[in-house]
Amino acid sequence: MTGVTGALGAVLQVAVIAVGSPYLVGAMRQVRARLEGRAGPDVAQPWRDLRKLLRKESLTPHGTSEVFRLTPAVLVASTVLVAAVAPFLTTASPLDPVADLFAVVALLTLGTVALALAGIDTGTAFGGMGASREMTITALVEPTLLVAIFALSVPVGSTNLGAIVNSTLHDPARVVSPVSLLAAVALAVAIIAETGRLPVDNPSTHLELTMVHEAMVLEYAGPDLALVEWASAMRLTVFLGLLANLFAPWGIATGSGLAGLVLAVIVFAVKVGLLGLLLAVGEVFLAKLRLFRVPELLAGSFLLALLAVAASFFLA
Amino acid sequence: MTDTVNDAIPDNVSGNGHHDATASAGTVTQPHGQPVGHRRTALTITPAQLPDLAAGLLSEGFRVALVAGHDDGESLRAVYLFVAAQPDRRVELHLPLEAGKPHVPSLAAMSFPAGRFEREMYDLFGIVPDDHPLPARLVRHFHWPRGWHPMRRDAGDPPGFGDIEGPYPFRTVEGHGVYEIPVGPVHAGLIEPGHFRFSVVGETILNLKARLWFVHKGVEKLFHGRTPEEGIELAERISGDTAVGHTLAFCLAVEDALGLDVPPAACATRAILLELERIYNHITDIGALCNDVGHGILNAHAQHIREQLLRINAHLTGHRLLRGAIRPGTANLRQAPDLNQLAAIATDIDDIAGLALGHTVVRERFTGTAILNNQQAADLGTLGYVARASGIDIDARRDHPFHRLGPSFAVRTHTDGDVLARFLVRAEEIKTSVAMIAELLDDNLTLTPASEPSKHTGHLEVRAGTAAQPRSGVGIAEGWRGTITHRVELDTHGVLTRVKVVDPSFFNWPALPVALADTIVPDFPLTNKSFNLSYAGNDL
Repeated sequence: MTGVTGALGAVLQVAVIAVGSPYLVGAMRQVRARLEGRAGPDVAQPWRDLRKLLRKESLTPHGTSEVFRLTPAVLVASTVLVAAVAPFLTTASPLDPVADLFAVVALLTLGTVALALAGIDTGTAFGGMGASREMTITALVEPTLLVAIFALSVPVGSTNLGAIVNSTLHDPARVVSPVSLLAAVALAVAIIAETGRLPVDNPSTHLELTMVHEAMVLEYAGPDLALVEWASAMRLTVFLGLLANLFAPWGIATGSGLAGLVLAVIVFAVKVGLLGLLLAVGEVFLAKLRLFRVPELLAGSFLLALLAVAASFFLA
Repeated sequence: MTDTVNDAIPDNVSGNGHHDATASAGTVTQPHGQPVGHRRTALTITPAQLPDLAAGLLSEGFRVALVAGHDDGESLRAVYLFVAAQPDRRVELHLPLEAGKPHVPSLAAMSFPAGRFEREMYDLFGIVPDDHPLPARLVRHFHWPRGWHPMRRDAGDPPGFGDIEGPYPFRTVEGHGVYEIPVGPVHAGLIEPGHFRFSVVGETILNLKARLWFVHKGVEKLFHGRTPEEGIELAERISGDTAVGHTLAFCLAVEDALGLDVPPAACATRAILLELERIYNHITDIGALCNDVGHGILNAHAQHIREQLLRINAHLTGHRLLRGAIRPGTANLRQAPDLNQLAAIATDIDDIAGLALGHTVVRERFTGTAILNNQQAADLGTLGYVARASGIDIDARRDHPFHRLGPSFAVRTHTDGDVLARFLVRAEEIKTSVAMIAELLDDNLTLTPASEPSKHTGHLEVRAGTAAQPRSGVGIAEGWRGTITHRVELDTHGVLTRVKVVDPSFFNWPALPVALADTIVPDFPLTNKSFNLSYAGNDL
């Protein structure tokens, strides 16, 4: 019975993230628009955009290789896999053993690298420029992600994300430990950088020369662009979901029972929604850093992650 | 002839009267010819005399304001307009040229803007600047054939786009890790066409070439054969965001040519219109600068204020971009602007500028970005807020006044020459403009309610009837981007035979690549916005 609800939970995780993530993006845009005194587009607008793009014909630029064509699929597949295995709604997923810290971060990095390669593959100056910037940022973000989550795994004695979540559920006091707080801040900064939000990247800009993430995807059109956009929204949801469940896992379904799963869906939506809201509100007050200041910010977050690991050994 | 125009300007601001200006021109070593218009003398010379005369004028503090080719039928003519400030002086040098073999000595070595005007004159008229250091095409469209000069009388219709003259001469920068980023001419967003070629190492710009000139419309030629009244609709559309500036310069030029008397009330009304245009454009760019560093909320508020200002414009003139308010000899507002409303807007703008400067990241992005130092700004002959942000004290409202200036007027300058300085100059100019409008409201204004359509044409025709000989006129006005200069020529029937338009963007475009050297690529859009140069006004 546990296996069945666990499997159901895994399927539900993918469905909730796949369907909900464009709404999250729409809600964040709506919040930002309201705070700026604008009416802003409807929450469902990202879904309408995806529908429009999916109906268009597929176009690829001359001279691009399979790398360019496969990247949207790789991006979506890697994100969906993370959505299936990581503990978002249930810790009882049959795929739980796969939800290793290193595997999950590697899967997410795979998407980033695929996109950078696709940017280079187009042969345009913007694609290469965006890829170069993205790699500069990723080189600092990925270690931070790894080290910050690693700091959480030290007290648990396992790098399995499900185990970390379960352990936090049994020992809530751990959340307010210095290890956890340092790791939370480091992880938050790394996630902001990885998902291309202010102050690292401006997701709403039309200025090609300032872009990071958007510069790499400039050549995509139609269904391919829809996949890339959809994957970006899912990645944002996945990252916020990880942040929420690693530090505040309450509400997640741990055993059998459909009621627990339904509750988990609601709690997950609320948690991720709140984090998204926080991010959107924060962005109103922020401006984009000069590109060369970004490594300073990320180096700072890496240092916090390192301190978290050190603290996890010394304070444990 | 010009006394009537002078009467509109009280002596306390214009310094010397017209006759004194002639006298002061006579005190210098070279006589500058006969008075031909408002504070303007003209001298007909041979090409050989040009370099010495030009060098003399430049050393006396004159600057090259305008160089224009003319096709007089059997011969060509080049006109060089030099202007100087405090007191306002304008000197024209006329060079009649043989139609078959038009050559002028190049002044590029002594004045950078003159070198650019010469290239323009070659492209449009085929007048060859001898010994020009960079005789490449400037304004002529890349696909137009060599030897076709669109402003010649016998030019005919534009030829079809043909073979190009080889690749565009971009400067190649070579070295380890150097690569090129081509951008445009079609951009994301509502931007006019311009191609930018960055030579970059890492993110640092080594060299930038701005390739413009995609929007030649033949505006100057469209003026030919129109009456001044019919020219207004063209002048208003030279650069859409500078309807008042260009129309004012055009009207001042026409009035100078015809000796038209402009009542002080009309001058005061024009001065108000000029400041209204400055305010709405400055706040738009202040918001856009914040948006370009990702601080969108201030842009949203700036756009809100802009919309309020555009509605005020529509209320006052019947047009959101202030078209239709200025006519030769007059100007009209439907009613006086509401000062309380403007003061409230000025306070809001002050808040936005304060919030932007108080935001550490925004301020950090502005500070030290794309510095144009004082020497560079002076050498390139920059105008407007670009020049003032680099410490150059230049403003046609004071240097070439058409109306009395109140005590609230001040030329706002900064010395750092970076994005922050250009931002600050513009924020301060808004305050000055609102204060100026408050003072101008004490004057008599020319107000005509919308229900009574005004008729100015009769007035002009009466005066134009006195024009029994070909005349020329020069108009100089400080538009929001900088000093706009128009020079018109009219035939005996009062019909325009030549209109030369100079937008400050023509002077300021070369400053952008200079300021961007050693700046990083992601700061280009911000820098470009801080200059905010016109493509349409530049490429006529």
